[in-house]
Amino acid sequence: MIKAKTILMAIALAGLFSAPANASGTAGVEPKFSDWTFGGLFGTYDEHQLQRGFQVFREVCAACHSANLISFRNLSEEGGLNYSESQVKALAAEYTIADPASLDGERSGIPADRWPAPFATEQDARDANNGALPPDFSVLAKARTVQRPGLGWIMNYFIAYQEGGPDYVYNLMTNYAEAPHDVEIPAGQYYNAFFGGGIAMAPPLADGLVTYDDASVPMTTEQYAKDVSAFMMWMAEPHLIARKELGFKVLIILSAFAVLMYLTKRKLWSNVKH
Amino acid sequence: MALTHNSEKYDPKNPALKWFNDRLPLLSFGKEHFVDFPTPKNLNYWWTFGMILALCLGVQIVTGIILAMHFTPHVDLAFNSVEHIRRDVNWGRIIQGTHAVGASMFFFAVYVHIFRGLFYGSYKAPREVLWMLGVIIFLLMMATAFMGYVLPWGQMSFWAATVITNIFAAIPLVGEPILQWLRGGFAVDNATLNRFFSLHYLLPFVIAAVVMLHIWALHIPGNGNPTGVEPKDSHDTVPFTPYATIKDLFAVSVFLIPFAWFVFFAPDILGHPDNYIMANSQVTPPHIVPEWYFLPFYAILRAIDFNILFIDSKLGGVIFFAGSILILFFLPWLDVSKVRSGSFRPMFRIFFWVFVLDFLLLMYLGAQPAEGIYVTLAKVATAYYFLHFLVILPVVSRIETPKPLPTSISEAVLAKPA
Ligand code: HEC
Ligand code: HEM
Repeated sequence: MIKAKTILMAIALAGLFSAPANASGTAGVEPKFSDWTFGGLFGTYDEHQLQRGFQVFREVCAACHSANLISFRNLSEEGGLNYSESQVKALAAEYTIADPASLDGERSGIPADRWPAPFATEQDARDANNGALPPDFSVLAKARTVQRPGLGWIMNYFIAYQEGGPDYVYNLMTNYAEAPHDVEIPAGQYYNAFFGGGIAMAPPLADGLVTYDDASVPMTTEQYAKDVSAFMMWMAEPHLIARKELGFKVLIILSAFAVLMYLTKRKLWSNVKH
Repeated sequence: MALTHNSEKYDPKNPALKWFNDRLPLLSFGKEHFVDFPTPKNLNYWWTFGMILALCLGVQIVTGIILAMHFTPHVDLAFNSVEHIRRDVNWGRIIQGTHAVGASMFFFAVYVHIFRGLFYGSYKAPREVLWMLGVIIFLLMMATAFMGYVLPWGQMSFWAATVITNIFAAIPLVGEPILQWLRGGFAVDNATLNRFFSLHYLLPFVIAAVVMLHIWALHIPGNGNPTGVEPKDSHDTVPFTPYATIKDLFAVSVFLIPFAWFVFFAPDILGHPDNYIMANSQVTPPHIVPEWYFLPFYAILRAIDFNILFIDSKLGGVIFFAGSILILFFLPWLDVSKVRSGSFRPMFRIFFWVFVLDFLLLMYLGAQPAEGIYVTLAKVATAYYFLHFLVILPVVSRIETPKPLPTSISEAVLAKPA
């Protein structure tokens, strides 16, 4: 009896968790799942990777994509890129910020400024991109995910999988190709096997496009894709590391408390036949 | 055990407390209901979920009040204000994550609590009102969760609001005016967001009030128990404190472990990625799916895609959708068995587990696209859902021969293998 019940409960639990298994993902090629440094329970961001990803973003993607919720000062926050405050100050100063309150409506940037958007209005952005709108990057990494084949989604709950966004971006960046003969791609679109058809973004990356300071890191599309995906995850979830660190403490305290409660309960109930 | 005539039982020693207690017997009340209250000694862990639910309600209210301090209910600002909470407010990511994950944990607990009631016949006399208050709480919880989900103003928020308010348009004659009245306009917009925020703040307090009635109604007959045989004397019970309190505390701390797991390690995993896209009335998401805890009912809503006589499919869906919950109100009179506990009802027990599987199947189907085999399965599962209440329970409760009941809780306890 107990056994049957336990099995049924297990099925019940699995069933309950089955719900969000319909997360968005695309039909095209089999996605590749990368080993992210920030994946899993113990994962943390690699500040060098984030800095490289930032470089790719800044030199390539930022020409079309905004990141409206990101301020320069975020780049010096702990658990992220870990730039020094003076580095961030110097970086911000390279940009001119529209500011109606200053003398000629413009001034140079300060760390508290938001990342400047490449286009003044949505219409400008569309006009420059064949009518398509490049989405804002601030939380984009959490607005996309990749589905695991078969029953893989069950595992997601146990490994706390939240790298679906970066996995998505990585696959998107690395699956541009010649369109197969039977696929018609409208003008102004580019075939992407992972996207499952035409996308209005031209392949943004190419080998050697961005020059990394660290010569030991390969300057390939694949490496850029990885780095910029990691950076996008950081933009969407800047406090990931602090959150996990606190999580460990909370779990340890809760488990210890549960054990104490169990022992207390057992002692207390030991003279009650129940 | 009634709520009155209790003040003479307990006299605080401290003169100040005694002075107060003579004027407002709050301490006597607390002593009677939270300390001395006789609790069956054979309660299993399924009976700890009431306390777990009380905790969930408390957590939602506390985290929700803090979120409301930083949230802006405006179509242009709401999405970013939630993101502002996650990024810039001290502890914001944890508070927001706890509230979002907390909703799921709350519903998980309430489903366990309800199915506990279904198995042990907790809805039977003399606990019918207690049960019906529970169903009211469940309805209020659904309304609250639905409106809360709209607040972050993501794509799923917006489209869930659109699809669900649209349900009301199916009501003949008055449907369209009701729809506009609910939305505060022709479409889901700023007015909708504002009223949902207002109601989302209000309803949890209404729930808290109904919970108090729920517990009042519980304290009239006292707890049921796994044997379904009412306690005979004080040998069958233990005082609520410390016995039940400690057991509940243990259960609560175990419950908090997966809760914390989600909050700290995967706060978004129970949600939908599309809700990280700001609401856009011009772009319909490919699959509009509700949160997991609404899926069984969503599957029932969609299963009725055919006209029934003069009732068109849309209205039919709404009737079955509403009926699937309202039917719970009649449960005490549909199941006429004198035996409460499923443990002593061999036929009922089988059908109970089949019903659980049916419910889970509906949950699964609610997440699938409405096409092909899923549609057929949803119809079968919906039919079975109603069949369970309207045919199986009335029939089984009349023809089944229950197993012999123990004469008392103590006897049942002694009979248990050590
Ligand atoms: C020339 C402008 C341009 C550049 C440069 C660019 N993008 Fe895009 N991007 C777009 C446009 C336009 C879209 C919208 C595509 C669509 O909707 O079909 C888009 C869409 C996207 C999407 C969303 C795809 C989806 O699932 O809807 C991602 C992710 C993305 N870009 C990542 C990047 C990254 C990473 C870079 C830098 C390496 C980059 N983009 C550089 C124009 C650009
Ligand atoms: C906020 C939600 C709720 C809270 C806080 C709550 C609280 C409680 C508590 C503390 C108990 C006593 C302990 C226990 O039996 O677990 C209880 C019992 C009960 N609840 Fe609830 N409850 C809630 C929702 C519901 C719902 C939705 C239903 C049914 C639809 C329900 C039906 C019952 C019944 C029938 C009992 C008596 C069980 C018995 O003693 O045999 N409750 N509730």
